[in-house]
Amino acid sequence: MKKVLSVLSVATLSLSLVLAGCGSKPEGQPGGANQGGAEGGAQGGAAPTARIGMVTDVGGVNDNSFNQSAWEGLQKLQKDLNLPQDNVSYLQSTSDADYIPNLTQFVKDKWDLTWGIGFVIGDHVKKVATENPDSKLAIIDAEVDAPNVESVLFKEHEGSFLAGVVAAKMSKSKKVGFVGGMEIPVIKRFEVGFEAGVKAADPSVEVVKVYTGAFDKPDLGKSTASQMYGQGVDIIFHASGATGDGVFNEAKDRKSKGENVWVIGVDKDQSLTFGDEVTLTSMVKRVDEAVYRVSKDVIDGKFEGGKIVWLGLAEDGVGLAETSKKNVPEDVLKLADEFKQKIVKGEITVPEK
Amino acid sequence: MNRVIAIFTKESFLVPVAAIILGLLTGAVAMLAGGFNPIQAYASLVEKVFGSSYNFGETIRQITPLIFTGLSVAFAFRTGLFNIGAEGQFIIGMIASTAVGISFDLPAYIHAPLAVIAGALAGGLWGAIAGWLKAARGVNEVITTIMLNWIALYFANYVVKAFYLQEGQQRSEMIKDSASISFAWLSQMFDSARLHWGTLLAILAAVFFYILLWKTKSGFELRAVGLNPHASEYAGMNVNRNVVNAMFVGGMFAGIGGACEILGVFHYQSIMAAQPGYGFDGIAVALIGGNTPLGVILGAILFGMLTFGAAGMKFGAGVPVELIRVVISSVIFFVAAHGIVKFFIKPLLQKKEGGN
Repeated sequence: MKKVLSVLSVATLSLSLVLAGCGSKPEGQPGGANQGGAEGGAQGGAAPTARIGMVTDVGGVNDNSFNQSAWEGLQKLQKDLNLPQDNVSYLQSTSDADYIPNLTQFVKDKWDLTWGIGFVIGDHVKKVATENPDSKLAIIDAEVDAPNVESVLFKEHEGSFLAGVVAAKMSKSKKVGFVGGMEIPVIKRFEVGFEAGVKAADPSVEVVKVYTGAFDKPDLGKSTASQMYGQGVDIIFHASGATGDGVFNEAKDRKSKGENVWVIGVDKDQSLTFGDEVTLTSMVKRVDEAVYRVSKDVIDGKFEGGKIVWLGLAEDGVGLAETSKKNVPEDVLKLADEFKQKIVKGEITVPEK
Repeated sequence: MNRVIAIFTKESFLVPVAAIILGLLTGAVAMLAGGFNPIQAYASLVEKVFGSSYNFGETIRQITPLIFTGLSVAFAFRTGLFNIGAEGQFIIGMIASTAVGISFDLPAYIHAPLAVIAGALAGGLWGAIAGWLKAARGVNEVITTIMLNWIALYFANYVVKAFYLQEGQQRSEMIKDSASISFAWLSQMFDSARLHWGTLLAILAAVFFYILLWKTKSGFELRAVGLNPHASEYAGMNVNRNVVNAMFVGGMFAGIGGACEILGVFHYQSIMAAQPGYGFDGIAVALIGGNTPLGVILGAILFGMLTFGAAGMKFGAGVPVELIRVVISSVIFFVAAHGIVKFFIKPLLQKKEGGN
């Protein structure tokens, strides 16, 4: 018996020793002040204490891409509305199995709105929404048919069309490349729109297309880019999340050796992350805006469950980055803008598959 | 009572427990360094795992595949083989059961078992490839199993894409309901957590592991080969055959694990961008469990709780999920580094020797 005690006492002693040093941390939890008070589907009552959560896909919240953009949208919301810091939060998913528990965590805890970020979470959002009909969810990049889910999709093909125009006009080798992540409808829209834009601006420019099959493999992005640049491609448009980091990396390497190669970024203004010297422009997808707007609607009691929203050029949901003028000459941007007006007016319909 | 005490003060028990405590402490230090409150973090981890019936059920769901892959690694290890390929065998088990689950239309009492058996055989054969290469050609199984993992991943993705793709989705069609091994009423009890019969199979697999290795002649041979292949050969055992057998049985465990994941949890197979990771965690589980069936179950429970509870740490205390990986790696580190742990618990052990 003594021995058992001594084992236990050593364990507790060492534990308490280390833990004793940390009693001074500030309280992280708001203490459940508003637990459940604001839920229940009623309007209005949720105002200053609303809690909005989001679940990332496997890319994680620092993917320099749409997960990060969504999180920035939530952070902006928290600042603008002066919400307590803990009232916006995210959970990262490390595998397919995590999506449902992560979504459920927010839903069961009665958060006012739970976001699923990314196409692959669509099915899971649907399942959680059906099991919890009182909850409110929203999803980016997928159509979910449920009365308590608002789906937000982007007309990536329209924005990519403009990127294609810029690429065609700027390419010296008359060869441009496209690096995709997985071959899913969303990414297909990037590819098809880009190619249409290239051909519209200059039919003689060739488009080389490769799908890497992954959104989280910078090494694969680097080797793919290396191959493409080796083939004489001088501008690569990537739509591949963190895989694209490798594309930028390869471009930087080649740039430092004097080669004139460019990357067109995606989702966010990637020149801010990877620098102007390799980023020609970026096809910005305003996930942050969408997340911000829909979340705010929920807080204002204007949530539209069951609705499917498409954001395109006309809605400023997609477009070229503000910083494009640093590397792209005036006349090319002007041409892109002309195409933009035509698309907005409906004179050009950009194909999406 | 004395026997109980003897068990709890045995070195094989003390070392892992001390390693776990040291691992948790290291994690706590890392959290402190990052400006988080470790007590709150661990409390929310426990809260996440035991706080609600749903989460508890999901923790069991998380633990189940780890038992299978842990057994897979441990079994091969008993025969002196380092099976890093549980990952690939797991994936092959997944794809085989997906294929059977979608392609056939049978009554449930045949369909579900058939799908599980398909997963087991496919995983077993996948493992046996590495075993055969070792036996026939002397190729180190560490190398072949790692390479086979990638082949398995891309092969499975190809099969899903080519034959079973659901239109417009990044996954296969749903398996037929008759192939499902979901545990409906238990799931209901746990607030629709994804519980399935696979958990029971995992326990049975552990029992099978024990009986096969310690109660049968072939098990004796397998262990003998593991302890000393040359002596075994001299004693008239067929070392090569035992190597292939060990990899086959090990692969079977992992294959069933993969099958249960499909038939019980997802009901479809998605096109995977990366390895699911259960096989690699299985190595750590086997290590912590000392390659014994009971140890593997306990190790899997620990791992499952830590990985599933990690989301709770993020949620309750703002600790990034990556930090739980620090805890897990420290546990593995301390288990592997016996010497360090023994140094810490030396006073205890010395006392024991002195007392007796």
